[in-house]
Amino acid sequence: MASHFSPGLTVSTRHTVRKRRELPIKGEILVKLGDAVVGDTVVARAELEGELRIVRVAEELGVAPQEAVQALKVSVGQHLSQGETLAELRGLWGLFRSTVVAPAGGTVEFISAATGHIGLRAAPKLLSLPAYIKGTVVEIDDQRAVVIQAEATFVQGIFGVGGERIGTLSMLAVSADEAVDERHIPADASGLVLVGGRSPTPAALYCAAKRGAVGFVTGSVSGETLRAYLGYDIGIALTGDEALSMTVIVTEGFGDIAMGERALAALRAADGQPVSINGATQVRAGAQRPEIIAPASAAEIAATKASQGLDVGARVRVIRVPYFGAVGQVADLVQAPMRIETGAWARVLKVTLLDGRCITVPRANVELLE
Amino acid sequence: MGAAVKTDPQQLKAVLVTDCGSTTTKALLFERRDGRWRQTFRGEAPTTVEEPVADVTVGAKNAFVEVQELSGRTILRGGEGAPFELTETDPARGIDLYLSTSSAGGGLQMLVAGVVSTITTESAERAALGAGAIVMEAISADDGRQDFERIERIRHVKPDIVLMTGGVDGGSTSHVVEMAETLVAASPRPRFGDTLKLPVIYAGNREAASDVQQILAKMAQVVVVDNVRPELERENLGPAREAIHDFFLSHVMSHSPGYGKLMSWSPVGIMPTPAAVGDIVQTYAAKTKQSVLCVDIGGATTDVFSVFPDRDGKPVFNRTVSANLGMSYSVANVLVEAGAANIRRWLPTAVSDTELSDRLRNKMIRPTSIPQSLDDLWLEQAVCREALRLSLAHHRSLAIGIEGKRERGISDVFRQASDRYELVDLMKLDMVIGSGGVLSHAPSRMQAALMMVEGFGLQGVTQLSVDSIFMMPHLGVFASVHPEAAYEIFEHDCLIHVGCAVVPIYPAKLSKAGALAEVHLDGSLLGRVAAGEVVKLATPSSGSATLKVVPLHATVDVGAGPGKPFERSVMLGECGVVCDGRNRPCAPELLEPTKQRRVFEALGLMGGGNG
Repeated sequence: MASHFSPGLTVSTRHTVRKRRELPIKGEILVKLGDAVVGDTVVARAELEGELRIVRVAEELGVAPQEAVQALKVSVGQHLSQGETLAELRGLWGLFRSTVVAPAGGTVEFISAATGHIGLRAAPKLLSLPAYIKGTVVEIDDQRAVVIQAEATFVQGIFGVGGERIGTLSMLAVSADEAVDERHIPADASGLVLVGGRSPTPAALYCAAKRGAVGFVTGSVSGETLRAYLGYDIGIALTGDEALSMTVIVTEGFGDIAMGERALAALRAADGQPVSINGATQVRAGAQRPEIIAPASAAEIAATKASQGLDVGARVRVIRVPYFGAVGQVADLVQAPMRIETGAWARVLKVTLLDGRCITVPRANVELLE
Repeated sequence: MGAAVKTDPQQLKAVLVTDCGSTTTKALLFERRDGRWRQTFRGEAPTTVEEPVADVTVGAKNAFVEVQELSGRTILRGGEGAPFELTETDPARGIDLYLSTSSAGGGLQMLVAGVVSTITTESAERAALGAGAIVMEAISADDGRQDFERIERIRHVKPDIVLMTGGVDGGSTSHVVEMAETLVAASPRPRFGDTLKLPVIYAGNREAASDVQQILAKMAQVVVVDNVRPELERENLGPAREAIHDFFLSHVMSHSPGYGKLMSWSPVGIMPTPAAVGDIVQTYAAKTKQSVLCVDIGGATTDVFSVFPDRDGKPVFNRTVSANLGMSYSVANVLVEAGAANIRRWLPTAVSDTELSDRLRNKMIRPTSIPQSLDDLWLEQAVCREALRLSLAHHRSLAIGIEGKRERGISDVFRQASDRYELVDLMKLDMVIGSGGVLSHAPSRMQAALMMVEGFGLQGVTQLSVDSIFMMPHLGVFASVHPEAAYEIFEHDCLIHVGCAVVPIYPAKLSKAGALAEVHLDGSLLGRVAAGEVVKLATPSSGSATLKVVPLHATVDVGAGPGKPFERSVMLGECGVVCDGRNRPCAPELLEPTKQRRVFEALGLMGGGNG
């Protein structure tokens, strides 16, 4: 029987973070091995092909494609400035003249005799790739990518929206188990990554974004709040491209769940420090979880190792109802599959919860805490 | 040694087949014993296409090891080349042939483009889907979008292959060429091998082929094949499907991590998983002369396959994939598309919208967790019903027959439309096959039966079956070498007949009429179907029998037309005959927890799998 086991999310105050920063096409690397970089250092750049604009010459002149091609004043490969004449047609005895001009500068890429259209390619655009994290350049892949490495505080969330942001971590004045509302948001949140509490109201998220926060990290969020913040429903855990000024990351899940103690402690140790965050989440193969990366801290929180496995005594969190969010210690790893309430046969374990209760749950429904 | 090379069906005795899925690689051993083909052993291991391993053969070998250990058969060997022992004199040693299917890395992802959405684009979609692809985007000249919107959408998807169509042969070329211009303006980048040009198959008006090739030359590797719609009333999907398969092997598989090596182990090309499933469904439908609806509901997508006769009685195969309807990664998307009320209607207990939404989203972000409590199981099964409903609606919209009208008036030419009709007719459906964990591994077969009856909104008399361990991909690729053996295993080891559904259709005025029809098994009265009620009529749990359903009112239809009795041979299963007297469709306002609770109680489901 295949065994399922969720190793949990990484939470560590001393973690070797390696970030590969890759250009979408070949370009120029601007740093050298050993260079120290900060989040906004541009490490590489490339020229992206300009937009191709289709100019419908035949339609604009109101003639058949063949006539439009005959009226052209340009040829393939020719560079043009905005406003230059592309085609000209003289009407009755040469008295009336119709012209089509280039709507923007560019190079003629094709002329279609079938449609009477011209493809006009704009000048290339410059793409600058920032380092994203503070660290050292440890690897260079010629013309394509650099790898930046740092000893850092590294906290993975379970789900997020919004892409990469760089800011200053700021703990909210709320307890881990307190719902966040507008009153908890600082008057000036410019450039801050706000951290703490659980279940923010939509108003709290709007307010934080309006006051300039670039990130919001909390224990949980309801699906309804997320929909209110985004303006639409998320149905697939494939995020990161949302057009948001403030990235939102939750560490535990959907509903009303307090942030885990370890994540909270690790982030608290980075209060006031520069942080890099990314809400991008991809749950399918090649999984990507949202992340918060801050300078390494003296607080000793070691990363969970997947290889540690699930042994008696290990601390786990249940990730499914009816015990969702409950934390406890593995009391027994039952070897033979057991029939659970649903009638299905599953491999289970027994967990002693913090309140002393002993529960039986499928192994697939726990994640390791330490 | 290169590939395991025996392909003469008569020489085959042991065949190893893998399906390399996104998360798991499943290896099955098919063996001929005492003159009969059987699926004998199964091994599985995590797929290793992604980093850090990035070599599909590592996961495949791990799955082989499990088969070797379980079977006691020496399969693997060291050294260069394929890792298999070939059978020689010792029948307990080696294999004769290795085959594989693949859907790893998200499967074959395609963009299709055409001129008229209900004509050439639709044909292109059918060609791509039939070849086992996921259609990421369909672009048409008449899709109501502006150029820039189309360009943005094309750029957003990173297709493996583009299928471009448009126009009937000899018709106008300008719209097709415009579509090529749009494609070059967007210049989508292929997913794999960023130094390669994007593979584009042109299967449109042949008069436009050279213009299209010229425009796309800079950005794409263009292959021209016969038009998918040479005439308005005729579809020709074969050449486009073959070209898709060729590109799949040469451009997609060969650039995916480790696939070059995997391909060298087999004399038969790797098939996209859905194409293999489609092949075995078609083989089965042809052999048994039945109309078949098969669904594979996975974590991210739901595939629907069907074989229904067209108006000339010729069986027509269709496949669709609903890319974002699934039970884990895209479970919350079923909620978004169906709405909470439509999911809630299938639950026997009340749940708030907030709790429903948060539970499903937690499943989305922790997709490997499983239901522990009954109400959580019921929620997943309610989602399954909606995923089935939505994916069937999608399937119906694409499984379209084209009327072969020979003489056309001038108005038809200007309308640019042929006579289209839906091929899917649930009243004419003989058999439904459910596949995917939520159906195949439901704690009770009755749960699986009810999910299919309610989710698809079955009508008339339908045989209900599930796939035992999802071996249809393996059997599909095996059928390309030995169709008889594949069919034998399909019938014996793959299909599990769970029972039959009887669902009369009747006018609303009969909703309080009591008994609607009588059900007879092998000439004896088994029971009655009453309006609004759901009951199980017990039968022997295996074997075959003749089922006869006799309407008790002239307006009740059970499959043979209003008032007419319907009779057919059926395979029996542990669910007996499930009689559903609720008229179709089951609208949300007609159902609420108390009513659904009565259904669950009638079928013994309130105690879950133990009930």
